[in-house]
Amino acid sequence: MLNYTLRRLLFAIPTLLVISFIIFVILDLAPGDPTGQLPLTIPAEVRAKIRESLGVGEPIHIAYFKWVRGFFVYEPLYWLDQIGITIGDPSERARIISYATRGPVFDLILERIPQTLWVVGLSYVFGILIALPIGVISAYKQYSWFDQLGTFISMVGFSVPTFFTGLLMIVIFSVQLGWFPSVYDTTLDVNSWDTFILQVKQMVMPVAVLALYNASQISRFMRASMLDNLTQDYVRTARAKGMSEKVVVLTHVLRNSLIPVVTVIALGVPTIFSGAIITEQIFRVNGLGQLLIIGIQGSDFPLVQTLTFIFAILIVLFNLIADVIYGILDPRIRYD
Amino acid sequence: MLGGRAIKPVLDVTDLRTVFHTQDGTVHAVNGISFYLEEGELLSVVGESGSGKSVTMMSLLKLLPIPPAEIVAGTVEFDGNDLLKLEPEALRQVRGGDIGFIFQDPMTSLNPVFKVGFQIMEPLKEHLGLSEKEARKRAVELLELVGIPSASDRLDDYPHQFSGGMRQRVMIAIALACDPKILIADEPTTALDVTIQAQIIELVKKLRQKLGMAIVWITHDLGVAAGISDRIMVMYAGFVVEHAKVKDLYKRPLHPYTRALLATLPTDDEEGEDRLKSISGLPPALHEYPNSCPFAPRCEHAFDRCQKENPLLMEMGDGHQVACWWDVEKGAPR
Ligand SMILES: Nc1ncnc2c1ncn2[C@@H]1O[C@H](COP(=O)(O)OP(=O)(O)OP(=O)(O)O)[C@@H](O)[C@H]1O
Ligand code: SF4
Ligand SMILES: [Mg+2]
Repeated sequence: MLNYTLRRLLFAIPTLLVISFIIFVILDLAPGDPTGQLPLTIPAEVRAKIRESLGVGEPIHIAYFKWVRGFFVYEPLYWLDQIGITIGDPSERARIISYATRGPVFDLILERIPQTLWVVGLSYVFGILIALPIGVISAYKQYSWFDQLGTFISMVGFSVPTFFTGLLMIVIFSVQLGWFPSVYDTTLDVNSWDTFILQVKQMVMPVAVLALYNASQISRFMRASMLDNLTQDYVRTARAKGMSEKVVVLTHVLRNSLIPVVTVIALGVPTIFSGAIITEQIFRVNGLGQLLIIGIQGSDFPLVQTLTFIFAILIVLFNLIADVIYGILDPRIRYD
Repeated sequence: MLGGRAIKPVLDVTDLRTVFHTQDGTVHAVNGISFYLEEGELLSVVGESGSGKSVTMMSLLKLLPIPPAEIVAGTVEFDGNDLLKLEPEALRQVRGGDIGFIFQDPMTSLNPVFKVGFQIMEPLKEHLGLSEKEARKRAVELLELVGIPSASDRLDDYPHQFSGGMRQRVMIAIALACDPKILIADEPTTALDVTIQAQIIELVKKLRQKLGMAIVWITHDLGVAAGISDRIMVMYAGFVVEHAKVKDLYKRPLHPYTRALLATLPTDDEEGEDRLKSISGLPPALHEYPNSCPFAPRCEHAFDRCQKENPLLMEMGDGHQVACWWDVEKGAPR
């Protein structure tokens, strides 16, 4: 297993380099001018100066090389430096700089990660925690009212887009009832019970919208996987041994049914970082999704390139993690 | 109602009826079956595919999916109780405790993600209340009993690390774990190749002598049944059509269906698969409860009474029973 993991990791490096280059080329082809959003009163010569100082218009291979060096060498060295391990001369390192803020891209990203992890990550966790028991009960009591209701709700949750459920919730719970704020306030500093309550309140709606969406998908998977397994011969064997229904369902069947579901859950983790763009927009959660949108709108190529590439890394990484988990959960799988 | 019975049987089944409620209507899978099992004896149940052998035996312990299955009538007397009326908890103690089950396909009957040892130890802990350590010790003994080499090492292997024959041995070990009074083996060798079949049959013979439990052996193969059984019950379309001590059945088969089955057996001077004949025609679809003889469409002796009345089991002396209007010995209607 360890061998396999290492081999896969080694393979991932050239794959990711190719991906990064493709992203770079595509962004390079995209029209857009990082000075386009500056006030019109700025004269053309000044704009040209600005562009030059940002490094816009450099030949693509040089720009790409600089970015790769920034991403793989200078940024890691910088962060090592931050934790007290200094290698080389820190003053010579050019970090990846955002066109828009002129600050390092990684600082921007780090600022945004907590919001995204709290809102989107928590909704994923909630989604899973809701989905698994619902899937198990729905399958065990197939066609019961519980199953019918669960099927209906997940159909709705799955087919209605999050921007619609999000707006609907804002209309009902913010505008009509006034229970929750419609705008997520990132500057809120949680330092007392009251601010904690405020934080919870502003998280309720975005988390609920995304959790509903995630739970719909995962509960369907769980249900289907349980149904597949409930009719297997080994289930009859477990009953013939005199095991209780609880053991039959929650040990024998569940253990088998979880294998594909856990894989799907692992594969879905990267979407925590990238997939909540729309929900973040609606609730004004300034997380990574929103950062990406701003970057695209402002033609902030270093930012967009870096973010997109991080998403790509996460996808490759969690594919590997999913495979490894599969191998751990299913003893029939041998990777060597 | 069954003649020639000296001691009280360990299992006494009366008028068992099981149906399946399906989208295409009701399937009458088991239509009033009665049989008994005496201590330590081996009863073979033979019949073509779909004749209701498995459903009958699984009905005893309610191992069927209910619904669609429904056990509509019957009593299953075991240990002073009617198993069909037991509370689920009490029935659970019988399953795997007093009555062990082996199934047809050893490749799918074990749970693929648990170690074999865990699967053997489960009933030991559940029914006998053994500790982890005691259960492990007993599991090793059981694997040795069913002839699995280096038993203690193999406890930590997964089912896919065993061959088909070895897996069936594991299934037998599980079924025998709690010293059952009855072992029900549902075509335990059908999925295995011939040499392995013979080994498993030898093993069961040996275990039966050693442990003395009563066995119900379901099989397609009258040849196998002849070698191991005390009595044989022939089933057709959810009915018992003939029932006799093994010698009587082979010497004096009374039902046309039994005779046809015996005729399909290869005789000593013939060899090989191509010698196997089969009975022409198909067993009936059991969508309604028959009021004619269900074998009539395939029977060479069928006459007008067979179309009007379904024959029930008739006593022919010394426990030999047959359900047929035609007396094959006299060559005339009864
Ligand atoms: N789950 C089910 N739903 C509907 N009908 C069923 C179901 N299980 C069994 N039956 C029907 O019950 C009848 C008896 O089946 P059973 O499995 O007992 O036959 P069998 O004698 O064991 O055959 P085989 O030798 O193939 O195992 C068949 O006609 C079958 O179609
Ligand atoms: S009752 Fe009639 S049809 Fe049925 S087996 Fe006997 S002779 Fe044949
Ligand atoms: Mg069967």
